[in-house]
Amino acid sequence: MAWTREQMAARAARQIEDGFYVNLGIGIPTLVANALPEGMNVSFQSENGMLGIGPFPYEGEEDPDLINAGKQTITEIDSTSYFSSADAFAMIRGGHMDLSILGSMQVSETGDIANWTVPGKMLKGMGGAMDLVAGARKVIVLMEHVERSGAPKLLKACTLPLTGTKVVDMVITDLAVFEFEKRGGPLRLIELAPDVTLDEVKAKTEAAFEVALETADA
Amino acid sequence: MREKVWADAKSALDGVLKDGMVIMAGGFGLCGIPEHLITAIKNSGVKDLTFISNNCGVDDFGLGILLANGQVKKMISSYVGENKLFERLYLDGKLELELNPQGTLAERIRAGGAGIGGFYTKTGVGTVVAEGKPTREFDGHTYVLETGLTADLSIIKAWKGDREGNLIYRKTARNFNPMMATAGRLVVAEVEELVDTGALDADHIHTPGLYVDRIVVGDHFEKRIEKVITRPREGATEGAR
Repeated sequence: MAWTREQMAARAARQIEDGFYVNLGIGIPTLVANALPEGMNVSFQSENGMLGIGPFPYEGEEDPDLINAGKQTITEIDSTSYFSSADAFAMIRGGHMDLSILGSMQVSETGDIANWTVPGKMLKGMGGAMDLVAGARKVIVLMEHVERSGAPKLLKACTLPLTGTKVVDMVITDLAVFEFEKRGGPLRLIELAPDVTLDEVKAKTEAAFEVALETADA
Repeated sequence: MREKVWADAKSALDGVLKDGMVIMAGGFGLCGIPEHLITAIKNSGVKDLTFISNNCGVDDFGLGILLANGQVKKMISSYVGENKLFERLYLDGKLELELNPQGTLAERIRAGGAGIGGFYTKTGVGTVVAEGKPTREFDGHTYVLETGLTADLSIIKAWKGDREGNLIYRKTARNFNPMMATAGRLVVAEVEELVDTGALDADHIHTPGLYVDRIVVGDHFEKRIEKVITRPREGATEGAR
């Protein structure tokens, strides 16, 4: 059975080490914060100028001056600090963030990522995604394995405009976990979701990958 | 003595606004935007404006009201996904758009204000953002040259200010405001509270008054929230972002 969004987030949370500074993207990555084991000292950064993100506020306690990069109301915690957007991206670009977890539309077998626009269809902008993939020490992509149409999202080469090239370290989908041996490839399949078969993953993946399943995780 | 305090947003912009000018506007989404100054620009009717701003507001608030009023010719932004009108105008060819990676945009403004003509960054290498721009290798990595940005006018929002123009921002409403305060040839700040010079702790000032030419107090801030997300009071555990 394929992983749910929460299970994908929980799988990504296992990559977070005690003491890490982490930036979570919008969408499924947001769920990762809830999946962290108790007792870990991890700080989340929001690129609009905050380190140390607290839980959502109680109703009636929303502060319009306190939002995350997804523009959602949040709260501060004891360790929180605020800074400008320039400082936020100095942290990101300067390699001070241990990990960036973000969603994507496509990832290539060489670790290219495309997640900011669909020409002629969707105009949004890259926001901080290009800075995050270029600057974070480790980049994990959380995405559905295929599009709604069934088309693969793990490709030989991305067809959409790129966000970054040779920047992805790991891809977690609802079907499997892949990692890049090093930046730029090769891509390796290291884990299958329960009851998902290698044949199914092969059928739904265009990118070339080595099979290096670590344990029978099913 | 220098007098920086103006009666209101309208008078602070009198004689300043011109068709075709380039304006930096602070804020991230609707957080920390100079809402009174934006309204004053709308009421002035000035047009063909180029805005340098991370976003373009929503359909009926923030810079979105200038878009709806046909006053914007071009946006230099990083993310415009919250605005349906924007998408329609752009796809119809009625609006120019230059998308910048958010960190590149922030640094271009910081550089512009600091007298830095350009800088090299890894962000955007190998993407459309780097097309046509010079690249250079440093320590085996490819970097792309980005230029500093300045503007005819910066409109910014702070929490507290004094009569000398010293500013303090609050929480994540700081965002792009401090850099934009350095990069406009004329800088107008709107604040929630104006205090006497000396009342702010000098160690806590984010933007020194030198950067600020004019300061106004907003009488009522709407401070609209784009996405109100709350948690239940009972059984609440860890949150998210």
